Amino acid sequence: MTTTNEQIPPASGAAGVAGVAARDAVVPRQRRRFSTDLSSLGEPALWGFGGALALGIIMIAVFLMVVLYNGATTFWPKPIDRVELTDGNVIAGTERRGTIFRPQLGGLDDATRAEVEANDGFAFRTLYQTANFDLYGDDFQWVADFEVENVTQPEDFYYFERQTWGVFIGRIAGMTIDGQEMAYDPAVFRREQAAARDRFREIRRLERSEIGGINYLIERERLAQRRAVIRQGEEAAAADVAASQARIAELQAEFQEIQARVNEIRARDRNYSVVLEEVGGRQITPEISQIVRFFPANNLGFFDKLGIYISRWWEFVSAEPREANTQGGVMPAIFGTVAMTLLMVVFVAPFGVITALYLREYAKQGRVTSIVRISVNNLAGVPSIVYGVFGLGFFAYAMGGTIDQLFYPEALPNPTFGKGGILWASLTLALLTVPVVIVATEEALSAVPRSMREGSLACGASKWQTIRYVVLPKALPGIMTGMILAMARGAGEVAPLMLVGVVKLAPALPIDGFAPFIHLDRSFMHLGFHIFDVGFQSRNSEAGKPMVFVTTLLLLALIIVMNATAIIIRNRLKRKYATGQF
Amino acid sequence: MSDTLEFEPTAYHVKKSNEGAALDIVDFNLWYGKKQALFDNNLEIQKGQVTALIGPSGCGKSTLLRCLNRMNDLVDDLTIEGQITVDGFDIYAKGVDVIALRKRMGMVFQKPNPFAMSIYDNITYPLRVDGVTKRSILDETVEHALRQSALWNEVKDRLNDSALGLSGGQQQRLCIARAVASDPEVLLMDEPCSALDPIATARIEELIEELKGTYSIVMVTHSMAQAARVSDNTAFMYLGRLIEYGDTDTIFTNPQRPRTNDYVTGRFG
Repeated sequence: MTTTNEQIPPASGAAGVAGVAARDAVVPRQRRRFSTDLSSLGEPALWGFGGALALGIIMIAVFLMVVLYNGATTFWPKPIDRVELTDGNVIAGTERRGTIFRPQLGGLDDATRAEVEANDGFAFRTLYQTANFDLYGDDFQWVADFEVENVTQPEDFYYFERQTWGVFIGRIAGMTIDGQEMAYDPAVFRREQAAARDRFREIRRLERSEIGGINYLIERERLAQRRAVIRQGEEAAAADVAASQARIAELQAEFQEIQARVNEIRARDRNYSVVLEEVGGRQITPEISQIVRFFPANNLGFFDKLGIYISRWWEFVSAEPREANTQGGVMPAIFGTVAMTLLMVVFVAPFGVITALYLREYAKQGRVTSIVRISVNNLAGVPSIVYGVFGLGFFAYAMGGTIDQLFYPEALPNPTFGKGGILWASLTLALLTVPVVIVATEEALSAVPRSMREGSLACGASKWQTIRYVVLPKALPGIMTGMILAMARGAGEVAPLMLVGVVKLAPALPIDGFAPFIHLDRSFMHLGFHIFDVGFQSRNSEAGKPMVFVTTLLLLALIIVMNATAIIIRNRLKRKYATGQF
Repeated sequence: MSDTLEFEPTAYHVKKSNEGAALDIVDFNLWYGKKQALFDNNLEIQKGQVTALIGPSGCGKSTLLRCLNRMNDLVDDLTIEGQITVDGFDIYAKGVDVIALRKRMGMVFQKPNPFAMSIYDNITYPLRVDGVTKRSILDETVEHALRQSALWNEVKDRLNDSALGLSGGQQQRLCIARAVASDPEVLLMDEPCSALDPIATARIEELIEELKGTYSIVMVTHSMAQAARVSDNTAFMYLGRLIEYGDTDTIFTNPQRPRTNDYVTGRFG
C-alpha cells in the first residue's frame, strides 16, 4: 500500500501542500490512498444480494414456465399413433411422455438384450394414452422402444371425447340415424352430432333447472309443513298443511309432465347411434349424444387444431366437469373460488380495519397492546388446517348447529347451516387472514403524518372526525395493500376449506334463481381443492395430470386478475390522496 | 455563556393594547415526563396585536404556543402547572371542552398541511366538523377566508381542485384561510414561513400585517428579522424561561437583559 502512495503526485500549489501537512496530523500518511477497496464499497455483499434476488426470480420463473407450458399445451390436439408391437399386438393412442427405464433382461431376445446391455441396461419407453377405458380397463400403456415394430398415423383414426367413459380412440364403422343404419358420412355425422348435443343439453336443462327447481320447491313446501306443525301444533296447522299439500300435488303433476318430455327425448335419442371400432376390431355402439367432441387427429390443419384448442378452453372455463373431474370444465370451481374470496373480503375488511383502528388510535399504548400485537402477529403463523378444525368445530357445529335449532328445526336431523358451507368457509378464511389486514392497517395508520392529524384537531375536529375525514382516507391505500395480501392468501388456501365446505362436486351453485338467491349454507367447489382432487384423488391420476396444470394456470390467472383489480383501485386512491407538498 | 444557571427575573416593557389581553399566561410550568420544559412563564398576549416568540432551538417557544390551544394534550406523560386564561376562564380547568377551545384558536403549522381534499373542502372543514351544511354559509365563508388570506384571486376558478396541487406558499396561505374560516379570536402560528421561499415569506408577512387587528396573532419564529418586521411585542425565551417580554423595537434596539442582547445581535443561538 505504501508503495502505491509514493507514486501519487502531491497536490500542486502552496495551498495544497499546506492542506496535506495540516491533515497529516490526524491521518497517518501511509493510510491514505486514492482508491477505495471493494469490501468498503460493499461490492461482495452486493453480489450476494443480487444473487439471492436472481435465485428467487429464477425459481419463480421456472415454476411459472412449467405451469404455463404444460397448462397451455394440454388442450392442443395431438396426433394418434398406430403402433405395431413385436409380439404382434397393435395399439393406437396419443403420446403422453417418455422416460428411460431398466427393463427386465430375462424376457428379451438376444439381439435386444445385447442392445440394452450396450446401453448400460437402460432403454427408452413411451406412455401412450390408448383411452377406451370401457374396453381395456385402463387408459394408458407403456411401450418400450425395442417392442415397437412399426408406427403409422392413419388418417381415419378419430379422437372422441365422450360424456362418460372418457376418451375413445378408433375408427367410425357406421352409424344409425333416426333408426336407419347407414355407412359413415362425415357431413351427415357432423350435423347429427350437433343436433344430438342439443338434445343432450335440453335433457340436462330439463333435469337440472326444471326438475331440480320443482324438487327444490317441493322440499320447501315439505319443510314449511313441518315448520307449521312444529310452531302451531298438529291441529292448528292442519289447514296450512292441506293447502301446502295441494301445492305439492300441483308441483308433482308438473314434474310428471316434464319427466314425460324427458323420456320422450331420451327415446328419440336412442335412435341415433354410432358404431366405433377400436384398433383391434372390437366395436361399441354409443348414442351420438354421448360424443362431446370428435376430430380426425391425424388429418387436421393448423386452423382445425386451433379451433379445437379454443373450443376445449371454452369448455374448460364455462362448463361443468365430467368423468370424475378429469375432463370437462371447472366453471363451478371458478365461481366458488371467486364467491368465497369476495365473501371473505366482506368479512375480513371491516373486522380487521376496526380492530387495527382501535389498537392503534384509541387503545393506550403499553404492555397490553404490545401483547395483543404480538399475539396477532403470531396468529399468522398458526397452521391453516388448525383454522379449518376451528371453523368446523366453532362455526359449523356450534354456531351452525344453534342456527339450525333456532331457525331450521323442520329440516333436522339434516343440517342446514350445521355443516360446512360457503359462509363458514369464508368466515374461517377471514379469521385466517385477519392478522395480515390488522398489521397492514396499523402500519398504514401510523404512516399518516402527525401534521395531518394536528391540522385537523386544530380546526376543532374531534378525534373521531379526524380519523374519519383525514386519517382513514390517507391510510386507505395502505389498508388496500393489506386487503390484497389477504385476498391472495385466502384465494390460494386449500387445507382448511376441506373441513368447512369444499366438495369434489357440488350439486348446485351457491347463487341461483330461487329465493333467497344467495344460499350461504351450500357447499361449493374450489380451484385449489380441484387441483388436489384431480391430481391425487381421482381414479386415474395420469388422466388428471394435464388438468392439474391447466387448473393451476387458471387459479394463478384468477388470483392475478383479482389482485390487479385491487391494485388498480389502490393506485387510484393513492393518486387521489397523494401528498403534494411542494 | 458561563452564567447559564443564573436567571434574573423577566424584564417587561409591553406595548399595551387598548382592548386588553387576549390570553393571560400565569405562572406556567410544564414537564415532559420528569424533564421540565417551561419555568414560571408569565405573559399577557395583547388583543389585536402580533406577538412574536423568539429564542434558540429547544427554548420552549413552540411548546408554549402549543399549550395555548392544548395541542400538547396529544403528548403522553405531560404535566402542567399554572394557568392560561381566555376572557377570564382557565383553559386547563377541569371539564373544559377542548374541541370548543380549539375552534376559538386557529393554528397554522410549520409545514403547510392541507388535507387531501379540494380547496373548498379544506376551508369548510372547520365548519363541516361543526355540523354546518348550509351551502350559502359555506360559500360565503370560503370567499371571505380566501379574501382574508389573499388567495381568492388565484384560486377562485378552481375551488374544487385538490389543495395538494397548489404551490408551497399557496398551500400555507390556504392553511391560514382554513385557520380563519371558523372565525377564531386568536391565530397561533408555529414558524409559518420556515418551509417557504423568500417571496412566499414576504406574502405571508404582508398577510399577517393585514390580519392583525382582526385577530390576535401569536407567532413563533426563528427569524429575528421577521419578528422585527411584523410583530408589535416580542417575547425572548431561553431554556424554558421568559427572559424578556416587551415592545419589539425596544427588544431589538435596546434590550434590557444581556442575554437578549447577545441573542438579537447574533452572538449566540
